[in-house]
Amino acid sequence: MDKKAVFNFLKRYLSYIIIAAVALFYTVMSLTGSAKTADLYLLEKIAIAIILAVSLGMVVGFLGELSLGHAGFMCVGAYLGGKVSVILEPVLGNSFPTLLISIIVGGLVAALAGVVIGLPALRLRGDYLAIVTLAFGEIARSLFMNAPEALFGGTTGLKSPRFDKNSLFIVAFAFVLITIAVTQNLLHSKHGRAVTSIRDNEIAARAMGIDVTKYKLLVFMISSFFAGVAGVLFSYSNSRIQSASFDYNYSIEILVMVVLGGIGSINGSIVAATLITFLNVKLQTMLTGDLAVLQNLFYALILIVIVIYKNAPALKTFREKYNFKNFMALFRKKYPIKIRRFSDYGRRKNNQHL
Amino acid sequence: MADEKIINTSEPVLRAEHLSIQFGGLRAVDDVNLTINHGELYGLIGPNGAGKTTFFNLITGVYKPTSGRFYLCGEELTGKSVIDINKKGIARTFQNIRLFGNLTVAENVMVGLSNQINCSMAESILRLPRHKKTEKEFKERAMEMLKVFKLDPYADYLAQNLPYGKQRRLEIARALATNPKLLLLDEPAAGMNPNETQELMDDILFIRDHFDMTILLIEHDMRLVGGICENLTVLNFGTELAQGKTSDVLNDPNVIKAYIGE
Repeated sequence: MDKKAVFNFLKRYLSYIIIAAVALFYTVMSLTGSAKTADLYLLEKIAIAIILAVSLGMVVGFLGELSLGHAGFMCVGAYLGGKVSVILEPVLGNSFPTLLISIIVGGLVAALAGVVIGLPALRLRGDYLAIVTLAFGEIARSLFMNAPEALFGGTTGLKSPRFDKNSLFIVAFAFVLITIAVTQNLLHSKHGRAVTSIRDNEIAARAMGIDVTKYKLLVFMISSFFAGVAGVLFSYSNSRIQSASFDYNYSIEILVMVVLGGIGSINGSIVAATLITFLNVKLQTMLTGDLAVLQNLFYALILIVIVIYKNAPALKTFREKYNFKNFMALFRKKYPIKIRRFSDYGRRKNNQHL
Repeated sequence: MADEKIINTSEPVLRAEHLSIQFGGLRAVDDVNLTINHGELYGLIGPNGAGKTTFFNLITGVYKPTSGRFYLCGEELTGKSVIDINKKGIARTFQNIRLFGNLTVAENVMVGLSNQINCSMAESILRLPRHKKTEKEFKERAMEMLKVFKLDPYADYLAQNLPYGKQRRLEIARALATNPKLLLLDEPAAGMNPNETQELMDDILFIRDHFDMTILLIEHDMRLVGGICENLTVLNFGTELAQGKTSDVLNDPNVIKAYIGE
């Protein structure tokens, strides 16, 4: 295999390799009984955040539509999937099939909600999707809260069965890999090109015979599906879900991950989701009792610092010097490298000038 | 690529009958009749605001005509959507260039090829063999098209980084990738210097011959229109002012009056 192929392979699959390696490492740790519960909890949260960020990134980054209700779709998945697991528990026990079926049901119901919301909103141009999804998130949340208590537990929340804490994160990571694979495979295909062409110029895309509404709806549906999957994982991870967790702030937090990672970059979303979740969980465990009020303060401060210094000139030269391309160049004889990039949907600002 | 099309040359490629559109009290296009035969290079001219681009928007489905019909190779397309009309075989370029700026030059053409090569979304997501096969075909056909327009050295550049003249050529290449029967060019020479315009004239003639294409173009540059168009229609305030052979129309006193004044 020549160097160019190795480069392209790593660029595309490095995220899979790292995620699989982390999952494998902790699997061994938990099998030998040396993994801390807190670490496993953190891993679950990170996995859920990555699924949410990557799936929202699909809509925001590649479709170019703003969705402010990702937590709403997650909420639908969490409650419905959680309910399925409660129903299935007496039959199948607290087992892997129960988990898998509830995840799939949760995802499908969320996808259905995505179609229902997207069908009218995506036909319009402008910010309608943002408005409609914002409303949807709040409506879904209060619907579940005010539903009969026997059904969804009302304000006290829905109690979901406890899956083995030592292996839930493995399932979560498997779904992270599936999410990334589906997103990347979709984008690196004729359908992905169609979607990005809609983002770049909708009028021209129509004139090229691209079925704009169909593609918008499909992408939104897939994105909602994974939000639902994340919701079911969330309900298992928390063992009790309350509608208050899926409020507007949560949708914004997912959006922050996408924006911070760089709109239109899958790998960026993964890194940002990991960082923000790590930060959040650490702040929650470090600042307890009276200091709990400081959680949001520190969280906000750190976010502001990241946003300000993300594009600082000093950091930019640092990044240019130590970026992935140059790292790979260490393995090459020729320097500087020139790679023909055929389908690279990441950031491509450093094009040569004509 | 041209031999894939089955064109009934006895039918005119485009036939518009009494095509009109009214915006409130304004009749932007009023009772326009037009017949373009296979292989013809047809020009649509007129002063600013005469309704030329509106006419394009009518026959590409952006607007629905208030009255009148139009046919492509005998098939009525009145009232169809932009997407369907493109699939039936009318492709266009835009007055202000509308490329997919953040896609590469090759990808722009590949978007144009989207409806030519079939591969379902499930096949792409699951990376079934068909996906790999069709992606290869996409690349080959896109490069083939780019070679014709001498854009192949720029295949991996972002479209927004191309110089103006090349962006125009890429837009034409992208439109041709949809395998149209009729190509509409909306002011292709806008913003070009005389040298670029000369180059463009050669390009248009070349496209007509190489792709066996029928072309309808809107233009203000009389040198270009007089140089390559065989027949002309002049619009003024939405109505036909003159129609016929280029040399006759350009010498028509009414046309000169509309353009330059008395």
